[in-house]
Amino acid sequence: MKIVIVGCGNVGRALVDQLSREEHDIVIIDTKATNVSALSSKYDILGIIGNGASYSTLKECNIDTADLLIAVTGSDELNLLCCVIAKKAGNCHTIARVRNPVYRDETEFIRQELGISMIVNPELAAANEIARLIKYPSAIEVDSFTKEKIELLKLKLTSKSKLCNCALKDIKSHTGEDILICMVERDDDVMIPDGNFVLKENDNISIITSSKGALKFLKKIDFGADRVRSTMIAGGGETTVYLAEQLIAMGIQVKIIERDPKHCEELCELLPNAIVINGDGTDKELLEEEGISDIGAFVSCTNFDEENILLSLYVKSISQAKPVTRIHHVNFDKILKNLDIGSVIFPKFITAEYILRYVRAMQNSIGSNVETLYQLIENKVEALEFIVRSDAVNIINKPLCELKLKDNLLICCIQHKGKTLTPTGHDIIYPGDTVVVVTTHLGLQDINDILK
Amino acid sequence: MNRSIVRYILCKVLEFEALFLLIPCFFAIYYQEVEGIVYFVLACVALLIGCMGTLNKPKSDVFYAREGFVTVALSWILLGIFGAIPFCLTGEIPNFVDALFETISGFTTTGATILTDVEVISHCSLFWRSFTHWIGGMGVLVFILAFTPMAGGYNIHLMRAESPGPSVGKLVPKIKQTSKILYAIYTALTVIEMILLIISGMPVFDSITLSMGTAGTGGFGVLNSSIGSYSMVSQGIITVFMILFGVNFTVYYLLLLKKFKPALLCEEVRWYLIIILSSAALITINIKGYYKTIFECFHHAIFQVASVITTTGYSTADFDTWPTFSKTIMVTIMFCGACAGSTGGGLKVSRIMIYVRHVKNELNYALHPNQVKKLELEGKALDTSTIRSTMSYLSAFLLLFVVSTLIVSLDGFDPATTFTAIVATINNIGPGLGKVGPTGNFSEFSILSKLVMTMDMLIGRLEVFPILILFNPNTWRKGK
Repeated sequence: MKIVIVGCGNVGRALVDQLSREEHDIVIIDTKATNVSALSSKYDILGIIGNGASYSTLKECNIDTADLLIAVTGSDELNLLCCVIAKKAGNCHTIARVRNPVYRDETEFIRQELGISMIVNPELAAANEIARLIKYPSAIEVDSFTKEKIELLKLKLTSKSKLCNCALKDIKSHTGEDILICMVERDDDVMIPDGNFVLKENDNISIITSSKGALKFLKKIDFGADRVRSTMIAGGGETTVYLAEQLIAMGIQVKIIERDPKHCEELCELLPNAIVINGDGTDKELLEEEGISDIGAFVSCTNFDEENILLSLYVKSISQAKPVTRIHHVNFDKILKNLDIGSVIFPKFITAEYILRYVRAMQNSIGSNVETLYQLIENKVEALEFIVRSDAVNIINKPLCELKLKDNLLICCIQHKGKTLTPTGHDIIYPGDTVVVVTTHLGLQDINDILK
Repeated sequence: MNRSIVRYILCKVLEFEALFLLIPCFFAIYYQEVEGIVYFVLACVALLIGCMGTLNKPKSDVFYAREGFVTVALSWILLGIFGAIPFCLTGEIPNFVDALFETISGFTTTGATILTDVEVISHCSLFWRSFTHWIGGMGVLVFILAFTPMAGGYNIHLMRAESPGPSVGKLVPKIKQTSKILYAIYTALTVIEMILLIISGMPVFDSITLSMGTAGTGGFGVLNSSIGSYSMVSQGIITVFMILFGVNFTVYYLLLLKKFKPALLCEEVRWYLIIILSSAALITINIKGYYKTIFECFHHAIFQVASVITTTGYSTADFDTWPTFSKTIMVTIMFCGACAGSTGGGLKVSRIMIYVRHVKNELNYALHPNQVKKLELEGKALDTSTIRSTMSYLSAFLLLFVVSTLIVSLDGFDPATTFTAIVATINNIGPGLGKVGPTGNFSEFSILSKLVMTMDMLIGRLEVFPILILFNPNTWRKGK
């Protein structure tokens, strides 16, 4: 597929990395020559220097042959303009990044009226993700499927857990609960385990459950499942606004620490139910005064990655609160993993994931589409959600044990008429079901791809 | 430096050379020549070594500009060495240095020869000589990039190191696709020339070899008289195609896409054609009376000019016997070269344009010291790094030129021969003046001079820096 990407910032770069790996023809457009040359010497792509909203620049990259234009420059308005012009000039699909909260309620209107295929909001996406993490404080990562009805939780096994030194087939007799562990991360390896796999301390396990029963379920298998009642957020950017709204709606108290007094006033207006504190988030005494030791979760969302990392480390050292760190630029994920700062959120990857999902869905209009896609564990594993259509004859109406699945691939969940099943060999996939699959084979596009 | 990946690509190159070596075998079968066996055995050996070397995948994928330069330089040397072996083994060129000179001259599309009598060479060897032109013209690694699945972003570094011109542009987003388009245009043009030459009454074998020589802007002929003894029509066809192969291939791509306006507006091509026509016109006037009619004068003038400016090196007349003014024009356009992005060598017209405009800007700065002015090429402002590398290219080129001339002058030939021998090799042209003129050859030089000139040919084809980098100790030093 031919894809034009306008803007080579963080998200643009993450997109180029992903999409070029999936063998698409990519053209990038940026006004800064250094950005363009840095990317085009690293990847097999075509770079054009210019303004992506200008008709002649788009003509230069042959927009009429392009299938998709993704506008991810720093400016919302420019992104929208790029999409409108590209749509008129090349009649291609368009994706725009729009992140100003002002447009939030108008997104759907803008999308339809301007003929844009998709609008992504990284800040909102990051806020959703953080909110989910705060909902399940013991999880390191939470991804949701089938419109948040099924959740994929990543948990770290501590020595106290009942699951330690337990083979997967014995779990039911140990805990009385039937859970499906779809992925285990040990040191640097990722495994999709079978029944004889024995869990050990410090493993990161991923489990799939329905969202209704999730908390009860976590309690049963002995994972701390206390609800978070108060959250402190350092930094008052757009993510904070989105996040605070959601948390307040969930009945969680929110305290925001923001440096700029003017911005504090704006936050006050936007979020009447939140406590807005004017001060430096890195001020130790201020944090203590505001009761850092008693809060349930701490989100570091300042504009400086290094500051966020340090803050989370500090919070981890002095309180039981769950720290969540947002990181924009820093690329040393391995080091971050060793730092034990809990959950880390990369808005650029979240955005890239959203867009990738759209691209995959665009690629195949027949059969069944990828509904949701998550890239997990440094993009080594993908979790995908498919809606099975009646033409996937090789899959449907057969017991699972008769299907020849690929190695390192697991069907984790089947949703049949609103009921969520943890599949066994006797279960059958019917047309219209939603299926969640976890696999190390990257780039699946169709439900038929799960077969050998 | 990531040696394992360099090793891997070099072995890939050998595998491809094995395939190339098989083609002369077919000619050997057709003409029933025993020399074919040598090519076949060598192809098998190269394939074996190549396969053994590519068995182990490279340990890491780290690949930057440095690896690109080193890989390209080493592959060309490797190609030359393997390509020279058949000449030695068949006994047609017994001395290995001579054989190496001849092969590198082929791959770098120079066309300078050490053979005093071409007509005694077997058909398969003649074909191999011309085929090296065809492969070398567009580039071996470009060929490999077009046909092997080499994932990763490193192929851009390979293409950049091998393709001539001040900056390398892709036609389409993917390198593989770009290389395929380039080779498709290249092959199509070559085949058209072959057919036209056959129609004009040239023997089939000569048409094939000469077309490949023209396509790569090489210049190896199959007769001692080069192109002189073919009909005027054949010579005319070759003239047109020499000029066509000296044009930037992007123009053909634009024409294929039916984008006539940008194709016709290409500044470089316009200047290239202006230089050819004006030089030919000046020479025609200057050599009036040397040939029967003024038309014949123009015919020989434009053939020689096209041959030299595209750095092909075919000849229909001995321009060494022309008046000094004409000879001087010929030597001047030897330096000029063809367009960037073509198969020709030399400095390239676009570089000359940058130099001229740079000088013009400097003059402006003398008058208005604070004036802000950007250097423009093809209607786009050039960034300073391109200008810087273009400038340093000229310095390095001239420096190497002077050093090579000094070494070769030890042989004690007259200044014109010594000077133009280096001009003809470093610019990948072929013939010079004096003893190395259109009727002469390079056989009389000493071993040392031949090696220096072999190096010069590689330096000229790969545009100086890939070869120079091999001699920089920092390239090879280990990190620890």
